[in-house]
Amino acid sequence: MAIPIKYNFRNLVVRRTTTLMTALSITLTVTVFVVLMALAQGLQISLSATGQPLNVIIMREGSQSEATSSVTRDSLQVIRYLEGIAKTDKGEPWVSPELIVLINLPRRGQTQGSNVTIRGLGPDGPSLRPEFKMVAGRFFRSGLREVIVSKRISERFQDCGLGDKLKFAKGYWTVVGLFDAGGTAYDSEIWTDSNDLSADFDREAYSSVMVRAIDAGAVTRLSDQISNDRRLHLKPVSEREYYENQTRFAAPIKALGLFIAALMAVGASFAAMNTMYAAVARRTKEIGTLRVVGFSRGSILLSFILESLLIAVLGGLLGCVLALPVNGITTGTTNFATFSEVAFNFRVTPRLLMDGMIFAAFMGLIGGFFPAWRAAHENIVTALRSA
Amino acid sequence: MAETVVQIQGLSKIFQRDSFSVAALEDIDLTLESGEFLCLMGPSGSGKTTLLNIIAGIDRPTKGQLRVLGEDVAQMSEDRLATWRNVHVGFVFQTFNLIPVLTAYENVELPLLLTKLSSGARQEHVLAALKLVGLEDRIHHYPRQLSGGQEQRVAIARAIVTDPTLLMADEPTGDLDAHSAEEVLDILTRLNRDFKKTIIMVTHDPRAARHATVTRQLEKGQLLPLGA
Ligand SMILES: Nc1ncnc2c1ncn2[C@@H]1O[C@H](COP(=O)(O)OP(=O)(O)O)[C@@H](O)[C@H]1O
Ligand SMILES: [Mg+2]
Repeated sequence: MAIPIKYNFRNLVVRRTTTLMTALSITLTVTVFVVLMALAQGLQISLSATGQPLNVIIMREGSQSEATSSVTRDSLQVIRYLEGIAKTDKGEPWVSPELIVLINLPRRGQTQGSNVTIRGLGPDGPSLRPEFKMVAGRFFRSGLREVIVSKRISERFQDCGLGDKLKFAKGYWTVVGLFDAGGTAYDSEIWTDSNDLSADFDREAYSSVMVRAIDAGAVTRLSDQISNDRRLHLKPVSEREYYENQTRFAAPIKALGLFIAALMAVGASFAAMNTMYAAVARRTKEIGTLRVVGFSRGSILLSFILESLLIAVLGGLLGCVLALPVNGITTGTTNFATFSEVAFNFRVTPRLLMDGMIFAAFMGLIGGFFPAWRAAHENIVTALRSA
Repeated sequence: MAETVVQIQGLSKIFQRDSFSVAALEDIDLTLESGEFLCLMGPSGSGKTTLLNIIAGIDRPTKGQLRVLGEDVAQMSEDRLATWRNVHVGFVFQTFNLIPVLTAYENVELPLLLTKLSSGARQEHVLAALKLVGLEDRIHHYPRQLSGGQEQRVAIARAIVTDPTLLMADEPTGDLDAHSAEEVLDILTRLNRDFKKTIIMVTHDPRAARHATVTRQLEKGQLLPLGA
C-alpha cells in the first residue's frame, strides 16, 4: 500500500492559506477556460442545430451565403416544378422564396449598432422550419409592413419589442409578434413577408429558395437536376450543410480561448510548483523518515504528485462552480459568414466541465511533478540531517 | 546457538565534500550476535550515526565487508533495501521524527501499510505495540499533543510494530529529561530481554550504557578495542 492520502490531505489543511491561494490560481484559469469554451460551443451548437435533413437551400453558384446570393423570379418558376419536391397540404410545391437584407440596429442601452438579418419568407417558409413557434403576439400579415422578431433579438435590440415600430427601407414596420426558433440560427432573425420586403427595397430577385425534398434520394436527384441545368447557374446546399459550414466561425473564438487559457495555465502551474517545492523543503526530514520506514522513491513521488493533484482538483471544482452560472446566458457576436448578428446561449455541458477538470488536473500534474521528483530523489542521510 | 546478526570487516566510509573528503569511519571490524544490546559511545562527530546508518541500510560503505542478517546489504538496490528495512530494521531517532499530521496510531501503522496485513490485523499489531510502550490511552493524539517522552515511545512503537530483528536507536534519550530517558531505556531493555531484539544504541550518556550487554567506543572514525 502507498502512503495514505490522509497524509496529503491533512498537510493541505495545515497550510490552508497557501493551498487556497494556489487552488484559486487554478480556479481562475479553469473558469476562464470553461466560459470561453462555453461561448465557442454555444455558437457552434446554435449553428449546427439548424437544419432539416430534407430541406435544400438553392443559391447562386459561387455565393458563400444567402446574403450574397440572388435567384431570379424566372428561376423560381423552374425550381417549383423540379422532380422530387414535396407537396404542401394544399398540394402546392413545398417551396419558399426568400430575401435576406441586413439592417443596422442599435443594441439596447447602447448607441452603437450591429447588423441584424431580416428574412422575407414565402407563405410556406415557416412550415419548412418545424422548430419555429410564436411566443407572443401573432404572425405577420402580407402587405401591411408587419414583422415578427425572434425573442433573442427582441431582448437585445432597440425598437424590437412587441408593438414597437422599426424604421428601415421606406418607412416604419410594426412588430406584431415574437417567435422562438428552438436555439437555431433563425433565433437571430427578423421575419416578414418576402414580397413586402422586396417591394420596399426595390429588389427584383430573391436571395435564395428553400425547398423540401420528398426523401433522402430526392435530395440527390434535386441536386443533380439543378447542377445539370446550365441556364440556372444555381447551386443546391442541404440546409444542414449550410449551417454546419458556418460553425467554422466558432473556431477562432475557440482558438483564442485556448490561447488565453494556456497562458494562464502556465502561471497556475508555476504557482502549484512553487507551493509544492516549498512543501517538499519543509518536509524533507519527514520524507527521509518515510524512506527509512520502508517507503520507496516511487511512493514518495506518487504521494507528492497526489498532493498537487488534490490542490488542482479543489481549484478545478471551484472553477467549474464559478463558470456554471454563465450557462444559458444569451450573447451575440458577428457571424463572419453573413456579417450579421448571431445570438446564442453560452453552453456549459457536462463534457465541458469534465474538460475543465482534466485541464486542472493537468496543471496540478505539471506543477507537482518536479517537486515530487526532488522529494523522491533526496538522499536519505542528507534528508534526515536536515532541520 | 546465537546467530550472527551484524558482521563488519574493514569497513570505511569517506564523505566527499566539494574538494576535501572526510573519513567518517576507518577500517571498522565489528560482530554482533543475536540478542545482544550494543551501546555505541563516543564524542560528537566520531562516526556513530554513520555506522548506524550503514548497518540499517540507509547509507552505503565506501569499502569493506558488511553482512546484516546474512545479507550483503551494500549491494542491494534502493527498492529492495527499502523493503528489507521495512521487514528487518526498526529505527529510533534522537528527534523522534513522527509525522506531525498523523495520530499516534497512524504513525505506528505506517510501516504496516507496506505489508500484506489486513486492516484488522494491522490494528491488532498497532495496539499491541502502543500497549507495550504504555500509550494505549493516547492512540488518537497527535504528536504535538504528546510530551517528548511520549513521542519517543510512539516512535519506538513504530520501530517495533513490524516485529523486526534489529532495532537501531540513535541517541534516543538525547532530547529527553532524565525521567523520560529512564522510561525509554527501560522499554529498550525490556525489548532486548523479553522480546530478544538485537539492539544497537548510540548514546553520550554513561548511565544509558548500564542497560547494554556490550559497550563500544568510537573515536575519530575508529572503533576502540573491546574494554578500552
Ligand atoms: N552526509 C554527510 N556529508 C558529509 N559529511 C558527513 C555526512 N555525514 C556525516 N559526515 C561527517 O562524518 C563525520 C561523522 O559524522 P556522524 O556519523 O554524524 O558522527 P556522530 O554521529 O558520531 O556525531 C563528521 O565529521 C560529519 O561531519
Ligand atoms: Mg550522530
